[in-house]
Amino acid sequence: MQLTINGATHDVDVEPDTPLLWVIREELGLTGTKYGCGIAQCGACTVLVDGVATRSCVTPADSVEGQEIRTIETVEETEVGRRVVAAWVENEVAQCGYCQSGQVLAATALLTETPNPSDDDIDGAMTNLCRCGTYNKIRAAVRSVAEG
Amino acid sequence: MGVFDHLARRIADRPVNVSRRGFLAGTGALVLATTLPLRPARGQTAAADAPAVTAYLELRPDGTALLRSPFIEGGQGIFTAMAQIVGEELDLAPENFSVEIAPPGEPFAIMGGFRLTGGSMSTRTGYPVMRQLGAAARAMLVEAAARSWGVAAEELVTEPGEVIHKDSGRRAAYGDLAAAAMDLPVPAGVALKDPADFRWIGSAVPRLDVRAKSTGRQNYAIDVAVEGMLLAALRHAPRLGLTPAAVTNLQEIEAMRGVHSVHLLDGAVAVVAEKFWQARRAIDAAEIDWTEGEAKWPMPADFSSAGFRDSLATAEGEVVEVEAAGDAAGQLAAAETVIEAVYDAPYVVHGQLEPPSATARFNADGTLDLWMPCQAPEMFQNAAAGAAGLEPAQVIVHQQVLGGFFGRHFLYATANPFPQAIALARAVGRPVKLIWTREEDFLRDAPRPLGLARFRGSVGPNGPEALQIEVVGEGPTQRWYNAPPGQDPSATEGISGKTYAIPNKHIGQIFQANPAVIGYWRSVGHSMHDFMYEGFLDELAAAGGLDPYEMRLSMLSGSERHRSLLERVAELAGGWKQGPFEAADGSTRARGVAMASPFGSEVAVIAEVSIDAGEAKVHDIWVAIDPGQVVNPSTVEAQVQSAVALGTSQTLVEELVYENGEPVARNFDMYPILRPDQMPRVHTAIVGSGAAMGGVGEPGLPAVGPAIVNAVAVLTGQRIRSLPLSKYDLG
Ligand code: FES
Ligand code: FES
Repeated sequence: MQLTINGATHDVDVEPDTPLLWVIREELGLTGTKYGCGIAQCGACTVLVDGVATRSCVTPADSVEGQEIRTIETVEETEVGRRVVAAWVENEVAQCGYCQSGQVLAATALLTETPNPSDDDIDGAMTNLCRCGTYNKIRAAVRSVAEG
Repeated sequence: MGVFDHLARRIADRPVNVSRRGFLAGTGALVLATTLPLRPARGQTAAADAPAVTAYLELRPDGTALLRSPFIEGGQGIFTAMAQIVGEELDLAPENFSVEIAPPGEPFAIMGGFRLTGGSMSTRTGYPVMRQLGAAARAMLVEAAARSWGVAAEELVTEPGEVIHKDSGRRAAYGDLAAAAMDLPVPAGVALKDPADFRWIGSAVPRLDVRAKSTGRQNYAIDVAVEGMLLAALRHAPRLGLTPAAVTNLQEIEAMRGVHSVHLLDGAVAVVAEKFWQARRAIDAAEIDWTEGEAKWPMPADFSSAGFRDSLATAEGEVVEVEAAGDAAGQLAAAETVIEAVYDAPYVVHGQLEPPSATARFNADGTLDLWMPCQAPEMFQNAAAGAAGLEPAQVIVHQQVLGGFFGRHFLYATANPFPQAIALARAVGRPVKLIWTREEDFLRDAPRPLGLARFRGSVGPNGPEALQIEVVGEGPTQRWYNAPPGQDPSATEGISGKTYAIPNKHIGQIFQANPAVIGYWRSVGHSMHDFMYEGFLDELAAAGGLDPYEMRLSMLSGSERHRSLLERVAELAGGWKQGPFEAADGSTRARGVAMASPFGSEVAVIAEVSIDAGEAKVHDIWVAIDPGQVVNPSTVEAQVQSAVALGTSQTLVEELVYENGEPVARNFDMYPILRPDQMPRVHTAIVGSGAAMGGVGEPGLPAVGPAIVNAVAVLTGQRIRSLPLSKYDLG
């Protein structure tokens, strides 16, 4: 099947229901997208599919054929993504960092769709887990982009 | 984590040696090494002055420095702290450093030494050594400039990155002096800076790793790629002690796409395949017959966490004294009213977001490379050598930056994947990366032990008069380091080691073996015992008609450090008030207070809580923390945020339940952890009292739970003595 990932088309030869996460990590060798739970609970595997934050561990590869997939490796190719990363650096959000690829992409999707999110918008969109407890810094970073 | 506190204290005043390292001579760099005299606890030490762990500083011709850290980064900011400390004495800005984990093997061999990242002690133990390392390097650069300019070293000063001769206006960049400095002898006992002159220690130097971690560029063990490797997934026996008898659909599994081979291991079946997902798909399809096998700690088939809790509540046995003063038994026998309570806390998993993995490669020369997450590489090296039938020197451990740890990556038999990766790599004759799925991680994690304590106390008009506590159970330091009952801080800390003045007290441990394979969890015994103790203290306050904050203050009259810390947290919260009171949003709220003395630091916490649809909602947590001395306040603040999150999480929602010898939850669906919308605001006051440096990674956690639970009691009249709060309808 053909998948469009980070602007390039890739021919991948996998079982059609292989989760997008493992196509990205194992077929493309892009390891910025993380495996955390495999059952759509944690969000470490978040990628953007046509701009929508999507948990790739439960997304069959054949279900996103023809859609634009973006991973953390190219997040800075969009203006909003660039600003989100800058805010993450400025606010020193990361601790262990394992969840942060997903957090950055979730924030990028939110702020692209809703440049000035309310608290409820943030609660609704920023649902990825962080075991290191960086939640307050994540919120502060999202706000700083909105107030930009 | 008493064993670690013990270590930290022991090395604090040791002389520090810095030496020049020739192995990079001729590269134009100045390379210095120093050793951290870390060794295992008494009884495990081979020789009294065994050479220990080495840290390296390489100052390059371009003026940047590479520091090889003996401590592993797992989110706690230790790489940045190490750069700050060395940079301070070297007089080189931390942003000019790159920090890497010291690689294994020559010339970085540790020769019988021992290092671990845990017990909140990396900064504490590294501090004196790293300062001396930086100071020696600076002195050599100054001497090199003095010789080249023909002036006395005393006439020279440094500014960040350069040596200056004020009289002549001459300046030389460190990078240009590095090669000449490398030819000089290493001075001993160089005078350290006056802390009043610190540029970077004590200030909020930005973390060095945030950009890589915000753009997906940080690699972890799970991302390791080795030429020619195969990938493996496995399924453990559902109950520890069972082992595979057969895979009944073996041919079907072997024929699945990408599958290389299927392996019956001790207690597990593994599939090796070209890709992890292929291995995972195949192991999920495997039909396995399990049979009783050999295990050091087999789980009884009828084991349940609820049944175990009840057995601890009624257990009898020798009470080994841990702490005593006055005559608690006599006072309680004479007291008009004795308050009695039993507190318990459940098993909890580490839940570090990166699932465990290990990559093993046997080399033609008989050596074995291992890439894996670990908090104690030398211990892993020894264990891996045993598993592979090699000498420790033949095993090369590549420690990886950790995707969270919280105690998960110590050496726990049955909880670490590397022995299986070694067996698989040997069996297939190729490198193998084994990844445990989250389900396997939950199944074989070494959880915090379920703990229980029985309290009896009496209270008078001025506060508690007698306290008798029996802590029942087993701590991880007994399990893994043979600490006997009564001398295992991990089994009682947080109930023992409290600072309150109580005239009559008796604290003892009744040992009861824990059937589960237990481990260290962030802040270890403190994570549950401070909840129990501080909750009971509020029960005594209520029984005596005393305000819990005022009562604590009066019990601290003998310690100015603690008293002022408690006052500091109240001030931070806008003054103490217990409530209930109505908040601006119309909710009814109350506050609870608690203190803890974990890992050489002191902490006071106030929590503000309301009840929403039968559940506790934590709005604000105020933390006053006194780690004695502070290297990086923004790191401390981040660690407090993190500790509050984990403390709130375990108080509200976390519990690993066992039934029929198996954990019921196997992933975050059945075992929730704190969600973003449950995170309280956190307000932190960092107090540098000047006392000996304590830890910062764990101390923020223990007082959070009791402060929350004490507030809940004010709101509901219900005294919660068993965590988590999600077990109760608080409505
Ligand atoms: S790995 Fe996909 S949500 Fe956790
Ligand atoms: S930064 Fe460690 S899990 Fe989020």
